[in-house]
Amino acid sequence: MRETYEKLQAQLRIRKPLVVFVFLSGCLFPVQAAFGNPADSSQIPNMFKPVSTPAHSIFHLSLFVLTICAVIFAVVFSLLVYSIVKFRRRPGDDGREPPPIYGSNQVELAWTVIPVLIVLVLFLATARVIHAVQSASKPAEAVEVIAIGHQFWWEFHYPGLGVVTANELHVPVSDPAHPTPTFITLLSADTDHSFWIPQLAGKTDLIPNRVNHTWIDPNETGMFVGQCAQYCGTQHAKMLLRVYVDSPDQFKQWVLAQTQPAQVSDAVNEGRRVFETTACINCHAISGTVADGRFGPDLTHLMSRETIASGAATNTHENLQLWIQNPDAIKPGSLMPAMKLNERDLAAVTAYLETLR
Amino acid sequence: MSSTSSAATSIELNWVLPQRGHVGMLSLIAAELAIFTIFVVAYLFYIGKSLTGPLPKDVLELPIFATICLLSSSATIHFAVRALQNGKVRAFGTWWFATMALGFIFLGETGREWHHLIYEKGLTISTNLFGTTYYSLVGLHAFHVTVGLICLAIAMVLTLLGKVKQSHGDRVDVFSLYWHFVDAVWIVVFTVVYVIGR
Amino acid sequence: MASESITLTAVQEMPRPIGSVLHDWVVTVDHKKLGILYILYALVFLVIGGIEATIMRIQLIVPHNSFVSPQVFNRMFTMHGTTMIFFAAMPILFGFGNYLIPLMIGARDMAFPRLNAWSFWLTAFGGLLLYFSFVGANGLYGAGNAPDVGWFAYAPLTSRAFSVGHSTDFWTLGLLVSGFGSIGTAINILTTIVCMRCPGMTLGKMPLLVWLNLVMAAMVLLAISPLTAAQIMLSLDRFLGAHFFDTQAGGSAVMWMHFFWIFGHPEVYVLVIPAFAFVSEIIPVFSRKPIFGYPVMVAATIAIGFVGFSVWAHHMFTVGMNPYANSFFTITTMVIGVPTGIKIFNWIGTMWGGKIHFATPMLFCIAFLFQFLIAGLTGIMLAASPFDWQLGNSYFVVAHFHYVIVGAILFALFGAFYYWFPKMSGKMYNERLGKLHFWFFLIGFHLTFDSMHIPGLLGMPRRIYTYEPGRGWDIWNLICTIGVFFQILGTAVFVGNLLWSLFKGKAAGNDPWDAWTLEWSTSSPPVEYNFAEIPVVRSRRPLWDIKHPEDPDWQYE
Repeated sequence: MRETYEKLQAQLRIRKPLVVFVFLSGCLFPVQAAFGNPADSSQIPNMFKPVSTPAHSIFHLSLFVLTICAVIFAVVFSLLVYSIVKFRRRPGDDGREPPPIYGSNQVELAWTVIPVLIVLVLFLATARVIHAVQSASKPAEAVEVIAIGHQFWWEFHYPGLGVVTANELHVPVSDPAHPTPTFITLLSADTDHSFWIPQLAGKTDLIPNRVNHTWIDPNETGMFVGQCAQYCGTQHAKMLLRVYVDSPDQFKQWVLAQTQPAQVSDAVNEGRRVFETTACINCHAISGTVADGRFGPDLTHLMSRETIASGAATNTHENLQLWIQNPDAIKPGSLMPAMKLNERDLAAVTAYLETLR
Repeated sequence: MSSTSSAATSIELNWVLPQRGHVGMLSLIAAELAIFTIFVVAYLFYIGKSLTGPLPKDVLELPIFATICLLSSSATIHFAVRALQNGKVRAFGTWWFATMALGFIFLGETGREWHHLIYEKGLTISTNLFGTTYYSLVGLHAFHVTVGLICLAIAMVLTLLGKVKQSHGDRVDVFSLYWHFVDAVWIVVFTVVYVIGR
Repeated sequence: MASESITLTAVQEMPRPIGSVLHDWVVTVDHKKLGILYILYALVFLVIGGIEATIMRIQLIVPHNSFVSPQVFNRMFTMHGTTMIFFAAMPILFGFGNYLIPLMIGARDMAFPRLNAWSFWLTAFGGLLLYFSFVGANGLYGAGNAPDVGWFAYAPLTSRAFSVGHSTDFWTLGLLVSGFGSIGTAINILTTIVCMRCPGMTLGKMPLLVWLNLVMAAMVLLAISPLTAAQIMLSLDRFLGAHFFDTQAGGSAVMWMHFFWIFGHPEVYVLVIPAFAFVSEIIPVFSRKPIFGYPVMVAATIAIGFVGFSVWAHHMFTVGMNPYANSFFTITTMVIGVPTGIKIFNWIGTMWGGKIHFATPMLFCIAFLFQFLIAGLTGIMLAASPFDWQLGNSYFVVAHFHYVIVGAILFALFGAFYYWFPKMSGKMYNERLGKLHFWFFLIGFHLTFDSMHIPGLLGMPRRIYTYEPGRGWDIWNLICTIGVFFQILGTAVFVGNLLWSLFKGKAAGNDPWDAWTLEWSTSSPPVEYNFAEIPVVRSRRPLWDIKHPEDPDWQYE
């Protein structure tokens, strides 16, 4: 038993670097996965599949940086493995001390100068991208959005188009020949947040008492996901983001629909009465009605959104009713209070909200 | 440990390292400098950024008298230390007392200024950014003066009880480093608050 | 120095009543006892921090899990980070420094023994104050309880408006108090090294561990103070209505970030430099060669110390600084990779041409080299600020810094434990159990922290109590959590080994490793006054000179 153990030890000693190496190479598989083609890839916020210029620039820089790091790793790793294999104490060693080498100025110079050169190259490549992304000028055709971060939802204004919405951002696709990017001004109503959709751009923070900017110019239609990336309180985890990149026609239609006042239908008068006489209007706004609260999302076109509670639940009848009755069941710690309506009022209000297309 | 005992002895005889007290106090001063730097940076950053009044130029008056007192106390403590190192305990006691008195006057003047600002000008730490940064920076300095005064008082009592001797010259010298530091910080605070910031 | 007169057999004392022994430990000012107190205190908090991490990893093992509520999870990541940095890592490193530095420089104790004791007890109290928050912090609506603002406590989340109750105050005050303890210890270490070296030990002849602790102590003095200042400001905001970080009154949330990271970045060098110190002592002994390039190692460390104070805003690349600021912090962060890389090369140079003996301390140091290399490279990736705009605040960053703190620092600490345990206790640990600990922990570490990089690359932010399925994160979170249990196993073997060896281990003798620095000339454990006669040294390896009088180091250095 002891002999087997000692043999195992001896074998492991030599094979350990091999084991480590195999393990680390195995880690290349997930890198492959990142570049691979899963079925619903738009649900994976994969920075290695950029669809917008800032994300593209970052992607190319990242390949450059990763390559250099991989080369450095390969060189130093090999030196390490070589030294622990070649200079290990062999069994039957005579116990004499090896010659003491105190240092070598030439070697030290070499492995100082080469890293400095690598740093210089890396820095120049990086500085170019920093300026390209941060100093991009805004063309006249750009769509302007003001994003205001809240605990725990996103408020979006399109000042040029007169649109106010929440949580799901619609932008037009941008043709590289005639770019129509979206420039987003980032503000916060309370604490720090961060706007991050990896396929579109790097993240930029929303900080109270500070104005930040970011821009995207997606060249593919589709839906891209992200979420808040700066801890902002209890429900930071469910402050999700969706960006819908529409074709020019789709976008025009969407804007048109969003600028209509709220639909009015007599069938849901009772629900509307409950809404307008309960505390709902303190936080929520519905254009064309007395509700003009700004603390919570604008509900004028609630049913045009696929999710509620900033992505925490799909926009279905059951979820909507549950959210109104007991938000903590979906997003515990969110700032929407449980309205404690009786069953009739709850059904009425839900029916009313469901007419807000 | 040694190859030949004569080599060892000569190393031992010539082995002189800096004194612990001085090195320790200088290290403490370095740390305190870093704390003050952060408060000074905050003060400078917030100049002109208060959303409401009162403003520095409306309420601040140059504390010339207090400054003269504090800076003179650096001179008096220097003489005190020299006296003790030369064995003149009574002279030491006199200079030491002068240092304490000047420090107390400085603190008193600060108190008077604050009373004036709070009750007559309506400036508190929560009034605006100026109030916040002013009281915290000047207050942090005044706190350090207070700690120094407590140490000065303890030494004063020990002197009056006859327990202080020439051999304590090094210790009072270490303390004087702290006191000089407090004075030097005041020069910076004075410049930032009453000259640049006004 | 007569080593013969040191090997006195310890006089057998009558067993003393436990009360008397405990009293000794409570009132001690002996650097060795205080060092051990620091280490034991830190080990307890290491385990507590580990439990907090385990709770988080269980919550994250599958998406939409409900093992703990979001409120509890947010307290867990706050307390885990705060505990590990301030009450596990710093105390354990101060403990080793306290124990070893006087022995290595031929002194009888630290420069200020009473300050030493005061600093320890202050740090200890700070930790207890922080943990008291679990029971004592309740405020409005039952809010409060342990702090949940993250270990870097960004404003204005920490203002009274958004942090109701006193949980944040326990964070602020607990750290303020222990910060004073840290400054006290730093003053002590710096003064000891400058003023109390034995004759002949010029600055160029100190062991590298002593040099590195000198740089670390100087950094603590300049780094902890900004945190102290910021915490005073935060407390003034919360208690007296000041407006330092009150954005409604024109205050700046970004200013907190600057002040915090001016502390926070040098702090990580404060943590890693003592780890470098351990490795710089252990690798030479188990390669049977002196450290390669001693002067360059000293210069590189000093360079790291200076440059480390110029990189802080790489934690703020996403805050919206202008491109010139972003570029500046990019280059300083990349530049600091140069002296760090030089150190790795010098360690390889030490092993090169040697006769490497793979005892447990050396195994941990070799793993340190591999892992610190990777950690440094992921750091370079994060230094490229546009890349950081994607990777920042994601699990990639969490993986990177755990690679440094666990993969480098903790592994070096384990190595240091096994290396100096015989000196501190007089007993040898069990080598087989030591290797078992190593393999368990290595496997667990890599399972957890290698896989953790992937969700970060795929868009998973940090500090989230749950995540959406189908984003490509699920499998990696699962593997990550599985690794935790291997680490727990390894740690259990470690603790068991130390406890068992304390009572049943073989006698270690003065110098079980055939090493060369002064602590190995004392008995194991050393007598209270360390040395019968203060030694006189002529080279960096005084014991080599004694053991090889025909070929002493001082002829070649």
